[in-house]
Amino acid sequence: MSSRIFGSRIRRREDPRLITGSAVYTGDIELPGMAHAAMLRCGHAHARITRIATEQAEAAPGVVAVYTGADTEGVLQPMPCAWLLPDAELKIAPYPCIAKDVVRYTGDVVAVVVAESAHEAYDALDLIEVDYEPLPAVTDPEAAARAGAPELHAKDINGDDISGNQAFHWTVAGGGDVELAFAEAEADGVVIRERILQQRLIPNAMETRGAVAQYNRATGELTLWNTTQNPHILRFLCSVVTGVPEDKLRVIAPEVGGGFGSKIAAYPADFATVFCAMKLGRPVKWIESRSENYQATTHGRDHVQDVELAATKDGRITGLRCTVYAGMGAYLSTAAPGIPTILHGLMLSGCYTVPALKEDVYGVYTNGVPVEAYRGAGRPEATFILERLVDMLANRLDMDPADVRRKNFIPKFDDGHEVVTTLNYDSGDYPGALSKLLEHTDYRALRERQRAGPSNGKYMGLGLTSYVEICGLGPSQVAGAIGFQGGLWESAIVRFHPTGKVHVFIGASPHGQGEETTFAQIVASEIGVDVADVKIFHGDTDSTPMGWGTYGSRTTAVGGAALALAVRKIRDKAKVVAAHLLEASVEDMDYEDGRFFVKGSPDRAKTIQDVALMANVAWTLPEGVEAGLEATTFYDPPNFVFPYGAHLAVVEVDARTGHVELTGYTALDDCGPQINPTIVEGQVHGGVVQGVGQALWEGAAYDEGGQLVTGSMLDYALPRADQLPDLDVISTVTPSPHHPLGVKGVGEAGTIASTAAVYNAVMDALRPLGVSRVDMPLTPERVWRAIQEAQGS
Amino acid sequence: MKVPVRITVNGRRFEHEVEPRLLLAHYIRDLGGLTGTKVGCDTSQCGSCTVLIDGVSAKSCTTLAAQADGANVTTIEGLADGDVLHPLQESFWDQHGLQCGFCTPGMILASYELLRTNASPSDAEIRHGLEGNLCRCTGYQNIVRAVRDAAAQMAAAGQ
Repeated sequence: MSSRIFGSRIRRREDPRLITGSAVYTGDIELPGMAHAAMLRCGHAHARITRIATEQAEAAPGVVAVYTGADTEGVLQPMPCAWLLPDAELKIAPYPCIAKDVVRYTGDVVAVVVAESAHEAYDALDLIEVDYEPLPAVTDPEAAARAGAPELHAKDINGDDISGNQAFHWTVAGGGDVELAFAEAEADGVVIRERILQQRLIPNAMETRGAVAQYNRATGELTLWNTTQNPHILRFLCSVVTGVPEDKLRVIAPEVGGGFGSKIAAYPADFATVFCAMKLGRPVKWIESRSENYQATTHGRDHVQDVELAATKDGRITGLRCTVYAGMGAYLSTAAPGIPTILHGLMLSGCYTVPALKEDVYGVYTNGVPVEAYRGAGRPEATFILERLVDMLANRLDMDPADVRRKNFIPKFDDGHEVVTTLNYDSGDYPGALSKLLEHTDYRALRERQRAGPSNGKYMGLGLTSYVEICGLGPSQVAGAIGFQGGLWESAIVRFHPTGKVHVFIGASPHGQGEETTFAQIVASEIGVDVADVKIFHGDTDSTPMGWGTYGSRTTAVGGAALALAVRKIRDKAKVVAAHLLEASVEDMDYEDGRFFVKGSPDRAKTIQDVALMANVAWTLPEGVEAGLEATTFYDPPNFVFPYGAHLAVVEVDARTGHVELTGYTALDDCGPQINPTIVEGQVHGGVVQGVGQALWEGAAYDEGGQLVTGSMLDYALPRADQLPDLDVISTVTPSPHHPLGVKGVGEAGTIASTAAVYNAVMDALRPLGVSRVDMPLTPERVWRAIQEAQGS
Repeated sequence: MKVPVRITVNGRRFEHEVEPRLLLAHYIRDLGGLTGTKVGCDTSQCGSCTVLIDGVSAKSCTTLAAQADGANVTTIEGLADGDVLHPLQESFWDQHGLQCGFCTPGMILASYELLRTNASPSDAEIRHGLEGNLCRCTGYQNIVRAVRDAAAQMAAAGQ
């Protein structure tokens, strides 16, 4: 039974509503008497507010109310930071929902207009007069950390001084003496040094963010529909900020149009919308425009990295040392401090045996949009460091990049391997993954073709990535130890109705990943019901049990485990009931494919549907057995899971124009057993393309005054269909030894691997031209200039 | 100032007085009550708002409602024939051509236009034909497959 539905490529049950236009996203919600809010964003990177006049806006047609920071001060609590990184001198700056005195990035909200229509609300924004006294701004994280840089915050929330814009300084060190490793390598080995700019990225979920808030003054109950990846966390944070008690607060994530990390955080505009609804006693809707999304919804990456690798002359890694300036933007967003640290630094040794390692990460306030998790969240920035350095080492030693990787891989393991950063990887076969990839792509033949030299001015390049990532976040005890202000378990309720139909209520909140389908597959495979008989409920805090949300490739890895264990509880109970109905002892019972039968007499059987009916009517049940057929499980994973893989990018670079064409891409990923391979492949496709986007086209740019010059989709280059080849996606299957289903997670794998693979491929192509470094994104202009410089020198 | 418009959306005739600046996308959503048409950007890049105006695809966020006066508009809600999905809808479903679904209505209608003008496109032609529609979830791969599959289905059915 499990072999049939678990692992099958059934069509997604989410799709009928999505392909017919009947799905309801936050922006589609209409409520009686609903008013519309628009946020006035300051448009200044850094300025002091000297006057705000709202009278004209208040008198404008259709305007219901205008609120400023003076109205919300003391009513809305400051935005909380929920990842209190320990041992890192963390300084959390005050983060008001509506700025009253100083604005620190162009998206800071200074006023909100509520009107009868969205058009009228937006029109009235222009009538609010705000006088600003501009202050100097800084958006580059390394520049912001330098002495004499403009300072964003004087004090943190505890009244302690913030100096040098430093939000935190976090260090990871492990293994042997890293200084000694470098001294030895300097004397009798190889040291590779590189500066890597992990540019700022804009997540670009196709649905922008938004909120609808409805407050019932009579009951004190608030409902908030929101474009969130984690409704339960949002309820928690909304309660803290607005003061509405959790029991009177219902958060609903309706259909959510992608997130990629940008819908994890709680946002000031959401709570400003709640404030308006409570103040006015009317439902209020706020939907972000795309340009507002670029100015105010969290960005990703933004690292300035100085990295060094020590190795022996025959290519064995002996040490890794990194200093990172991580731009945090103007304020610390909800989970921000954990991204460039825990999710980054702890993965810095990747698939390799690294005997000694040290990384210093400086989190720096800058006059930009707050930086948060973005697909991969810290891990792409770690994978890139290693994979770039390994390629550079190969070049220095004139070895093939595949050979240097092989020389340094952790050998195959299937039940735990502790690495230098103290993480205990669960299972992996990194050499096996790379070998299979090279064989599948006929890497040797590709190298042969490359050796034939450029054709028509076009240089071919091959780029590899071997990666391992940390997913399935994670044990709650670890969450506490690393300062995450929540748990990281998931829960599921499975309820059988009298006719044998099943309802599942789950705390995780998928928003495009297809878990309504894969979760139903888990239930069907565990207890033999038809997959169509299982309905999955998620996204509504009133009807689902607590859960910590969908991010970090954890929904199937953690929520799926909770679900499987809940179904197994039901199977155990059903077996007892079936034994009773068959007048057999429980020990004599067997189970297969939805049927409970007496061992040796397969005809003496009760189906799960028979049991569901009897358990629900409860006419005859064994003594001590409760009526009903329902189970709840809280699954707190014993460890993280560690998916891994190897990717190969093939590019052609036109030396005359600098144009890079991605001509081929093969991804080999191992996320453990695949519940629905079609969905797994879809995750890899999307992930890979997002990482390709970072390598070749995407980058958020601020000018010197702190204005976002990539302020719309006209200026920010998202990947398009015509720029991409057909991706070749293959896999291996290595179950996680500690997971009930063996599954790992696959949502971020593609993005973690592909940026480095494509970058390495382009540098490989440019090697004959003397170019070894170009800042991302590798636009034709940048590549062309690098070629000109190298050729001229 | 308001202008009168008469627009037929999915066979239903609407008459309204609208502001001249009202975009067709907002007309369809707010006055037509059809929220399948999505607005994903404000610069006409993303294509989520794609609809058919008199059978030809258009970005409804860069079309004024007043410009569509007298026109027949088809949105994603009007593509299926009753309960029978259009082959493109079936193929997007079969080939996993969508994830979060937000770009999907526009993507399907842009694909409709593509097949209307080229019944048997190559992969490169499909990719080129969809360059005006952005998707952040799928990497486009299964969208290309879906359009290819739909073209074959429609050819086989003589559509």
